[in-house]
Amino acid sequence: MSVLGLFRLRGTAPVARERLHILLSHERSNRGRPDLLAILRDEILAVVAKHVSVDHDQVHVTMDRGQIVSRLEINVELQHPANGPIAAEREKAAMTIVHQASR
Amino acid sequence: MSQVLVVTSGKGGVGKTTTTAALGAAIAVTGQTVVVVDFDVGLRNLDLVMGAERRVVYDLINVVQGIAKLPQALIRDKRIDTLSLLPASQTRDKDALTDDGVARVIKELRAKFDWVICDSPAGIERGATLAMRYADAAIIVTNPEVSSVRDSDRIVGLLDSKTKKAELGERIEKHILITRFDAARAARGEMLNIKDVLDILSLPLLGIIPESEEVLRASNLGTPVTLNDPTSAPARAYCDAACRLLGQDLPMVIPNDRKSIFEKLLGRRAA
Repeated sequence: MSVLGLFRLRGTAPVARERLHILLSHERSNRGRPDLLAILRDEILAVVAKHVSVDHDQVHVTMDRGQIVSRLEINVELQHPANGPIAAEREKAAMTIVHQASR
Repeated sequence: MSQVLVVTSGKGGVGKTTTTAALGAAIAVTGQTVVVVDFDVGLRNLDLVMGAERRVVYDLINVVQGIAKLPQALIRDKRIDTLSLLPASQTRDKDALTDDGVARVIKELRAKFDWVICDSPAGIERGATLAMRYADAAIIVTNPEVSSVRDSDRIVGLLDSKTKKAELGERIEKHILITRFDAARAARGEMLNIKDVLDILSLPLLGIIPESEEVLRASNLGTPVTLNDPTSAPARAYCDAACRLLGQDLPMVIPNDRKSIFEKLLGRRAA
């Protein structure tokens, strides 16, 4: 056993147990219900795309699902149509939705 | 009154087919009639683990589609009279299984056998949901490992919503069977222990099958673990689980096949 190993007396099983508890409490609460954050993501992007052309490579969606709070962030880079595709200046529409679990 | 069991897990490679063969053989040895049914259409393997791969003529899909009669497709085990196999099709895909067809086959099997044990494919698609559809009870095979426990939890959700029993508002009986358990690693905190898994899944335990070389040895030979070497640790653990299914109340022990120093000195196999 290495010197580092001597300090790591606790095994990895408690970490596994903890991760499972958090994950499954989330998955169980959503069972049978549609995935709210996924629906929001699709509908918001559809609305934005209706009014401005959206380059799908310039859409950044991040999701962070927690036990109490889940966060959905959508960043859409909008190209100014007047300035043409070469324009350096871009508008950035950012949207953050925080979803608090109702339990 | 016959019992229909489904052996399921969600995750692949955790030991569903090994378990189906081992429990089927262990129950059949007691004289009760058992049929093991392979639902893994397109990737059949129960025939191989049972050592009957060269005797398959007709399969489950042929019976579902009415091309063959049930008795033509059933393969009687050469070692135990009371054990039969209904193989899956290797060439068709799982869409060939229909709900009505499976219902009819299960009804016919119920009339012929005391126990119908359905070996589910991995995943949560049609093959897996049809394997559990008409079951009275489920055995959820779980490894003490995060992805397996998560998938087992998902399968529990399906059992409570997609089975006929659930739709009728009845409760489907569910048991956890923990396989590939290494008591020494769990004791060192390197592996989820039994209590961790049961706390998370909140279901009763049917048995604990220790990690063992004997499982591969038996499948190499095409013999259910419980028949190949009944004194081996996994065979004893599977036999205990089978006895619990038959209604016996046995203490939960984890057999091991480690040799004692005395046995090592004598160079003998641990019995």
